[in-house]
Amino acid sequence: MTDWNDLRRTVSVRVWLQKFGAGCLDIFQGAGGIALLFRDTCVLLASKRIRWRATLDQMNKIGVQSLPLVFLTAFFTGMVLALQSAYQLRLFSAQQFTSDLISVSLCRELGPVLTAMVVAGRVGASIAAELGTMKVTEQIDALSTLATNPVRYLVVPRFIAALFMLFILTIYADCIGMFGGYLIAVFKLGMSSHEYIMRGFKALVVKDVVTGLIKAFFFGGIISVVGCYFGFTARGGAEGVGRATTLAVVVSLIMVIASDALFSAIFYFI
Amino acid sequence: MIQIQGIHKWFGTHHVLKGVDLTIKEGETIVIIGRSGCGKSVLLKHIMAILEPDEGDIRIDGSSMFSMKSEEQDQFRLKLGMLFQGAALFDSLTVRENVGFSLLEHTKLSEETISQKVLEKLRMVGLEGVENLMPASLSGGMKKRVGLARAICNEPEIILYDEPTTGLDPINADVINELILSMQKQLEVISIVVTHDMTSAYKVADRIAMLYEGRIIGIGTPDEIKNSPDPIIQQFITGSARGPITDKQQKETESL
Repeated sequence: MTDWNDLRRTVSVRVWLQKFGAGCLDIFQGAGGIALLFRDTCVLLASKRIRWRATLDQMNKIGVQSLPLVFLTAFFTGMVLALQSAYQLRLFSAQQFTSDLISVSLCRELGPVLTAMVVAGRVGASIAAELGTMKVTEQIDALSTLATNPVRYLVVPRFIAALFMLFILTIYADCIGMFGGYLIAVFKLGMSSHEYIMRGFKALVVKDVVTGLIKAFFFGGIISVVGCYFGFTARGGAEGVGRATTLAVVVSLIMVIASDALFSAIFYFI
Repeated sequence: MIQIQGIHKWFGTHHVLKGVDLTIKEGETIVIIGRSGCGKSVLLKHIMAILEPDEGDIRIDGSSMFSMKSEEQDQFRLKLGMLFQGAALFDSLTVRENVGFSLLEHTKLSEETISQKVLEKLRMVGLEGVENLMPASLSGGMKKRVGLARAICNEPEIILYDEPTTGLDPINADVINELILSMQKQLEVISIVVTHDMTSAYKVADRIAMLYEGRIIGIGTPDEIKNSPDPIIQQFITGSARGPITDKQQKETESL
């Protein structure tokens, strides 16, 4: 009898609709919460009372300490890109275009997106875990009782740091990726060093670099605000902090990819 | 004077506070008792204006924090100090930075003056030589004392204590009780203590109020509460496993 009831519950349209509705509400609530936190952050950013020391500290955590990871990701991506593109271009005897392809694809797309993904995994998770722990141990309430706005104290420094550091890390990733491609192109594919560098830079136009860097700027904002939002909304002890961390990474990755598609579409038509 | 008028609070469909009315006089220590999860801490957070009520108002010296702008609210909050259940010290700051937090953030006092004030407050709570330690290296009792030093650093007019003796051994719990009494004597503040530790309640209270099912069901001096004819209050203060509170809970569980 119990099995029959379980089965009825599983196939019940009403239960499905309830779950669907609850899921939709969660998504809208999250989107609204992130938008409101973004608004509050921007308002406080304009108020000029910014904690620069904490911002520099966050720049070190978000930017400098992410360098090794970004280096490795960009370096190997550059190498793989060179090998895979040469494999296809060889069919058309067009191997010399390898460097064009690497520089354009890195600057327009892969540099900012890969950097954002790596930083979302590393920094987004750490922001959500740190703020989530502060939330469940009432440290964020304690900040309010000490007449300090938690958004000003915690979010604004992370937001500024992420904006600028993603920008700089992306420039760094573009260069390292091209260097990875250079090693393969010169030592494996037999291109001359001069040819690789000349073709690589000639293929680039200012728009390629600028659009990539504009994206990076926005990705930094997304990663920091999403991480802070899920940290602030964590509840229920260690499990809640774990859930907040996972959600922060998943949501920032989805938002990075979705906004990348949006930006690419906008820049295509501009 | 604090006037709590008809506070209602819902969390989703859960109606936590169902019209709390309470008036707290100048220089009084009031202890709010009640079972875990009955909304005592929620009430305290309303007094601090960390949470906003769905209905009702709280007036402190005639003014309501809920109708203020956020900056005015922050200024007003400096009149209040709060000791959290787990002390809620900032992990990334030293004891000195924790205790002097509001002075560092909101005043232009020199580092030296702040350090002196911090040492003075730490001495008031019976701690010396810990100012350069990180909170992680302190014991539970010490954390509570540092939390109290932080709450009084700004010389507040009202101190709120959220379960100050929970999780402490009986000796440390009594040390905290003594501290609450000495704060009262030295600073002449309004103290609001939320607890379910009856020993602590009898020791520190001028008046005790019992919160049950989102309402204040009884209020009086410790003696009046001890001799209250209300069976619910009697079951709670005697800590009996059988009585109207548990009977009602059992019926609710059965109906589910």
